[in-house]
Amino acid sequence: MGCVSPENVTAAELVARCRAGDQDAWRELVERFSRYVYAIAGQGFRLPEHAAEDVFQEVFARTYEHLDRLRDDAAIQPWLAQLTRRLCIDHLRSSSREQLEEEPEPDAADDAFERLDESLAVHEALAELPEHCAEILDRFFAKDESYHTIGEALGLPAGTIASRISRCLAKLREHFEGRNPPAQPSGGR
Amino acid sequence: MTHYDEDRLAALLRVLPPAPEAWVRAAQELPLARRGLDEIVARAEADAEFRALLVADLEAALEVEGYERDPAVVEALRLRLANG
Repeated sequence: MGCVSPENVTAAELVARCRAGDQDAWRELVERFSRYVYAIAGQGFRLPEHAAEDVFQEVFARTYEHLDRLRDDAAIQPWLAQLTRRLCIDHLRSSSREQLEEEPEPDAADDAFERLDESLAVHEALAELPEHCAEILDRFFAKDESYHTIGEALGLPAGTIASRISRCLAKLREHFEGRNPPAQPSGGR
Repeated sequence: MTHYDEDRLAALLRVLPPAPEAWVRAAQELPLARRGLDEIVARAEADAEFRALLVADLEAALEVEGYERDPAVVEALRLRLANG
């Protein structure tokens, strides 16, 4: 393992380390945001695979080149989101007018992007869970792996995976609500 | 009121599947690729014969010289040679 311990490093710290030329930090930065960029291109804009790949690589190439332009290191996520969205729109505009007409409606798109932000926050919370929880939940829900596959990969009996998923989800809920307390009602008006 | 029960968390976890491994690896290797690119450009600037080989047939010249022929690097190199 390199000098970066993913659980303990904020995005802002990663950006600062990347700027200083830390390659482990760059690898972690890509790892941390790869799903997010992929989802914006694939789910948000429904780009075909080859176009999504072009956008994905271009986003990280530009990020690598222009990290010094980022005014607030903690703003890397919205910065990546904006860059990815802009490149997706450029792609749709350049590919054809018919595709441009299929751009998501702004309201629907905003909902989809909010959901991606929310999902990324949940994935970040996963990294702080104990034991195999992060890996079990990620493999089951995000990677769609079976109990058998997860059990083999982690050296656990397949029969225990379902109960572990349930326990880990409960821990995630407790942890996530601790980080993001539910908004209070505004007083009934 | 925002409330995160287990079903909602599970649904949110499903929203972000991993990006294809090869895409992630390629992006992670960008610094190495860029360094290789800089090295090739520096060599082309110092060695006219090598530069001529690159201009004549970029991919073949890279293969002969043992450089990685990553498509993104080849394209970036093509641009830099054209602009240099």
